[in-house]
Amino acid sequence: MNRLRLVLLAVGGTGLAALLVAACLGLPGFGGRSHPYGARAVHASLTRHTANTIASVNFDQRAYDTLGEMSILFAAVLGCVVLLRQARDEHRAQPQPAEVARPVRRYALIVLPVALVTGLYVVAHGQLSPGGGFQGGVVAATALHLLYLGADYRALERVRPLAVFETSDALAVSTYLVLGAAGVLAGTSFLANTLLPYGTFNTLSSGGTVPLLNAAVGMEVASAVVVLLANFLDQAVEIEEEHGS
Amino acid sequence: MMHVLPYLVAAYIFLTGCYGLATSRNLIHAIGCLAVCQSSTYVLLLAVGYQDGATAPVFSDLRPGSRPVVDPVVQALTLTDIVVGATVTALLLALVLQIAKRHGTVDPDELRELRG
Repeated sequence: MNRLRLVLLAVGGTGLAALLVAACLGLPGFGGRSHPYGARAVHASLTRHTANTIASVNFDQRAYDTLGEMSILFAAVLGCVVLLRQARDEHRAQPQPAEVARPVRRYALIVLPVALVTGLYVVAHGQLSPGGGFQGGVVAATALHLLYLGADYRALERVRPLAVFETSDALAVSTYLVLGAAGVLAGTSFLANTLLPYGTFNTLSSGGTVPLLNAAVGMEVASAVVVLLANFLDQAVEIEEEHGS
Repeated sequence: MMHVLPYLVAAYIFLTGCYGLATSRNLIHAIGCLAVCQSSTYVLLLAVGYQDGATAPVFSDLRPGSRPVVDPVVQALTLTDIVVGATVTALLLALVLQIAKRHGTVDPDELRELRG
């Protein structure tokens, strides 16, 4: 059985490898000068006063795809919440406070506010410098979890009321949708970046709706990561199987 | 050779991940292998967008037109790719957690025997 599988894998793998190499040889050379899509994306981004072209692609030119991406994230979080719920034969144990080494506690608590502010900065400057809602949201959400390292699980639970984060996750997705629908009501099309003035190039308020969509995504990603990690941590720390049932 | 090497690296990473997936004896290891497969697409996308001597397509500290920039479209696609990869990994890990609880094993071969 296992030998058969390995032989099958070897045959299939060799065939796939040959096809991939043939495909690679047919691609335009690495580092070439011709990037027609890239050149047009850069031009469109500059005409709409968005300094970070990638933010412009994500939240303006391909804003509709980002909506799909957000929905995937939202659905995955929903799936995880359903999969990791407390089952009938399990109960919730009170997490025990544990001793934390003093240097760990000190540095975790020093870094926490710095990391949180960094995350918010990255979200807010998404249209200007590298970063944006996705990256900043992850940084801000993981910053909160330094409290788990520096103090204990109960302290973390106090600063992240799950219901609030679940609600803000849903609210952020709706905000994105509403911003898209506002374009329709204003007489253009869904998620078209024509709602707001483009502003002065390279300032915080430039780029039309890009900073707003960026903030909505940042809020969604931060809440989604908090909810996800909370569900996994609950499994590890709080939820235990009933014994003798 | 240099003009196809990054593409070949992507293909190599993908095949390595496939090999790991097919021979995996542990579902968590298999999820890791899937992440390896996915990371090959990051290499491929970024390699497609690269241009010799170009810099990042961010104009906050760069005068437009003064230097060539790499393709921003594939960079945005890579970002999408990473986000989707992370969500898929989270969902799969949650599934494995439930499988481990219900069946007491994370070996795919033993799971098949359980089902009969």
